[in-house]
Amino acid sequence: MRTFAYSRADSVDHAAHRTMPDAAFVAGGTTLLDLIKLDVLKPENVVDINALPLKRVERLDDGRLRIGALVTNTDLAHHPEVKSHYPVLSEALLAGASTQLRNMATTAGNVMQRTRCPYYRDPAARCNRREPGSGCDAMDGINRMHAVLGGSDACIAVHPSDMCVGIAAIGATLTLQGPDGEREVDFADFHRLPGDTPHIEHDLANGELITAITLDAPLENARSHYLKLRDRASYEFALASCAAQVVLDGDTIREARLALGGVATKPWRCSDAEAALVGQSADKASFERAADIALKDAQAREHNGYKIPLARQAIVRALRNAARGETPASETQESQA
Amino acid sequence: MNDMTQPDFDKPRVVGQRTPRIDGEFKLTGRAGYTGELHVDGMLYGYPVPATIANGVLESLDLDAARAMPGVVDIFHHGHFEALHRSPNSMAHGDMVNEVRLPFEDERIYYHGQYVALVVAETFEQARAAAQRVVARYREERGAVVGLLQTDAEGTLQESAGSSRGDPEAAFGGAEVKVDSTYHIAAESHLQMEMHATLAEWRDAGKRLVVHESTQGVFFQRNAMARVFGLAQENLEVISHYIGSGFGNKLFMWPHSVATAVAARMTGRPVKVVLPRQQDMTGGGNRPASRQRIRLGADRSGKLTSVIHDSTTETSLVHQYVDTCGSATPSFYACDNVSTSQRVLEVNHGTPCPMRAPGEVSGIFALETAMDELAVELGMDPVELRLKNNAEQDPASGLPWSSKHLDECLTSAARRFGWEQRNPAIGSMRDGDEIIGYGMASCTWSAGRQPCEARVELRADGSLFAACGTQDIGTGTYTIVAQAVAELTGAELSRIEVKLGETSLPAGPLSGGSMATATVLPAVAAAARDALDALKEVAVGSGGAFEGSDADSLSAQAGGLTDGKRRVSFEEILGTSKLSSVNGQGSAAPGSERSEYAFRSFGAHFVEVRIDPEISRVRVARVVSSIDIGRAINPPTARNQVEGGIVMGVGMGLLEKLDYDPRDARLINANVADYIVPTHADAPEIDVELLDYPDFKHNEFGGRGVGEIGLTGVAPAISNALYHATGKRHRDLPITIEALLASS
Repeated sequence: MRTFAYSRADSVDHAAHRTMPDAAFVAGGTTLLDLIKLDVLKPENVVDINALPLKRVERLDDGRLRIGALVTNTDLAHHPEVKSHYPVLSEALLAGASTQLRNMATTAGNVMQRTRCPYYRDPAARCNRREPGSGCDAMDGINRMHAVLGGSDACIAVHPSDMCVGIAAIGATLTLQGPDGEREVDFADFHRLPGDTPHIEHDLANGELITAITLDAPLENARSHYLKLRDRASYEFALASCAAQVVLDGDTIREARLALGGVATKPWRCSDAEAALVGQSADKASFERAADIALKDAQAREHNGYKIPLARQAIVRALRNAARGETPASETQESQA
Repeated sequence: MNDMTQPDFDKPRVVGQRTPRIDGEFKLTGRAGYTGELHVDGMLYGYPVPATIANGVLESLDLDAARAMPGVVDIFHHGHFEALHRSPNSMAHGDMVNEVRLPFEDERIYYHGQYVALVVAETFEQARAAAQRVVARYREERGAVVGLLQTDAEGTLQESAGSSRGDPEAAFGGAEVKVDSTYHIAAESHLQMEMHATLAEWRDAGKRLVVHESTQGVFFQRNAMARVFGLAQENLEVISHYIGSGFGNKLFMWPHSVATAVAARMTGRPVKVVLPRQQDMTGGGNRPASRQRIRLGADRSGKLTSVIHDSTTETSLVHQYVDTCGSATPSFYACDNVSTSQRVLEVNHGTPCPMRAPGEVSGIFALETAMDELAVELGMDPVELRLKNNAEQDPASGLPWSSKHLDECLTSAARRFGWEQRNPAIGSMRDGDEIIGYGMASCTWSAGRQPCEARVELRADGSLFAACGTQDIGTGTYTIVAQAVAELTGAELSRIEVKLGETSLPAGPLSGGSMATATVLPAVAAAARDALDALKEVAVGSGGAFEGSDADSLSAQAGGLTDGKRRVSFEEILGTSKLSSVNGQGSAAPGSERSEYAFRSFGAHFVEVRIDPEISRVRVARVVSSIDIGRAINPPTARNQVEGGIVMGVGMGLLEKLDYDPRDARLINANVADYIVPTHADAPEIDVELLDYPDFKHNEFGGRGVGEIGLTGVAPAISNALYHATGKRHRDLPITIEALLASS
């Protein structure tokens, strides 16, 4: 392992004012330590933020839910507020990683999760995200896991988080604390598309720290579902996933929220598809139309073309289950594996 | 060898009984020392530097930055390494290796992950950090052979790996019903829990080498290392007390062991190398990809008239490994016209090696899928087709089977599974969103046996000691050796100490080929009898506990000897005669029975798959198996081998695939997140029945071995069940979501 300077931050201000070069905050460490050992990330300073008082989940007066950056994935998934008002987030969290990882991983850390692109993780490969301008070996390589939405000529790496897909379908605001004070960023704007600068993954300045994620107030009377499709039943990144929320009036869809995972370079909110669902009857034809709209710009490389029909299936089924307000036993047994 | 049908083993007291692992406590409490966690004073840590290309030449190594890193002691590479001898690589002489090329032998790069240097430092972290600072410059060459499945190249015919009887081509040509299909199986990784690990220490001023290795064969490694280092075998000791599984990739020595021993000699200190998972997967063995064509001919009644099985598998550019897919085929079905052929193609991968049921598991996928295709062509139930072609004697050798109950396996498993409820119409069985598919396949593995020696000691403190230079790779060998000693002596299991995994012990076999149980137990029994005979001599001798009695009148009972009137414990007999112990030596080997009978285990798997076509999800819901392995010496561990094989078969069928980059043959998914195996959540409901027909023609204990058979037949049963569910025939493994989408 490369040596680095390790320090513990004892206050948010203290942490945020440390504008050190090549610094990284560490919380659960499930991404950072892994990538340091692979020689992919090479921070010279690692600031441990685990002692910071960012572990609370609180309902705000306006109905929103403020989640401290250091709340673990496990705690968040099982939090009564989340389970009762944001079940789609609870499902998404529990579909991710493994129990052991969820026990360590934190909310803000999951927002900052790095891609699982094998070429990104291999210092011997070319990767514009890891080494700007070096090229992209995934483009014509083994790109079965890669994105069909939001990619560029420079990068088609998938944002691997399940949690973020759930959050995207709910809507949220990130609170960032920096050397110049606090600011808020819409969750939808936080992750950047790769474009020509895939190494710039998010809207976080040097020294800035995510201190909280505040979920929008829950959709009244919404039904929801998170569906994750993958090769095996547990402990695998999504090939395609979908978080869906619908509000029904009889059989008519009054409101819809739709986000995709496993197929896009960032947590992928499908606003056009949502709009197309409103006023439609909650049936297969409507869901398929929405899926077609959500995927109309999808672009496949050699090995990831299957993700387009698979994502379509994920959308249709997630909407169906959400609208029914129930998930068949054949699916629920895997949703928490 | 004693009388093989002696009454002891018809109604054994301990053998065949559920017996907790005697090493379980050590493993649960962390006291079982695995090679990777051993520590000796003054030890250094090695970390190999893997080639990042798969085809080309290493032009230069810039070591300055690495050498300047803290704790670095030395860096070995081509030009800074000892001159050694390649092992002759002979199975017969027990010095076979998994890769004959010696580390750093030349500057050519043959595969991704090939070692270009070994960094040795004071700590593991220092060695790894420095290894990451080694700058290797390559001249990469185009034309890497990415893999068998990415080329049309035919490979080289291996005459000795083929067989033929009758006139299969003519019989196929004239067959009333035919199947002619081609199957592809992707390369797989063993992914054994414990990575390859070596700890090498030179003693006695460099005259003697002691090696701890996570190996399935301490004697093979000793013999190979003796040849490589030009040492007398008695100056080399290989130790492997606990092994975190191997699945075949630890049968024979790999280059990391040689590099570690050289590093220890050149630094003058013990050196330990534990391969990181990535390197374990690139250079520590794999099951090679295969391409197989099967042609079946049958008459209208379903009687096979021709079986032609042509296979090609991969080998590396530095070692010839032949994964003979057709080796079970000549013995599988009663058919007069059968041929098999085998080719190998050199590819730019790390060297493949045996992996659980090597060759046959691939071959049986092809053959048993083809049989299902034939059943469809005939409009016949696949179980009935197999019963109809059941071979009453071994059609390959013409010999009678020592013991075969495949028909009972098929009917018993079918009954427990509920096969009679199968509606053969495609896609006819539904449950909510899911289509249910039922499929089945037979399975088989040969029952081999090797020569073996063992020692048993009866001690004055009341303990018993048994030793054999074989290994327990996690399957429960320690326990069954203790069971054998307990059976022969009547002693309590808790008094029996077992030592395995050292070349200082009597020569024992590889833990491989499902042969260890049948090989080791007869030798242990012989040693126990020898020890009892020695004790009887003591007992009847002057001042002995049975002074003046006839030794032949004494027999072992409950950890003592009895003359029928009174029983005296072993310790009392030894104490009376003021002896600390008596020793028994035993040896056993296969004999004339090998030319009188054919030895092979058979069984059947029945599989329920559930496919949710609207989300392209397939899961194996249920597996019901009946396996005839003779007598299970320890039923829970034996059943566990089959259950593990079934879960591994789910991986082979649906998940596992080593991904080599199509441009340069680099292995892309060399980690346990991207190379996917079944998780607990993927494990189906499993019901395994072990038929209990002791095979006393094989050995006096009646057991035939169980490590591999459970894996064979699982993948074809899955693919056959998928066919039943969807009507799409999957002939390529793994059966991916892409393949399901393409067929919907």
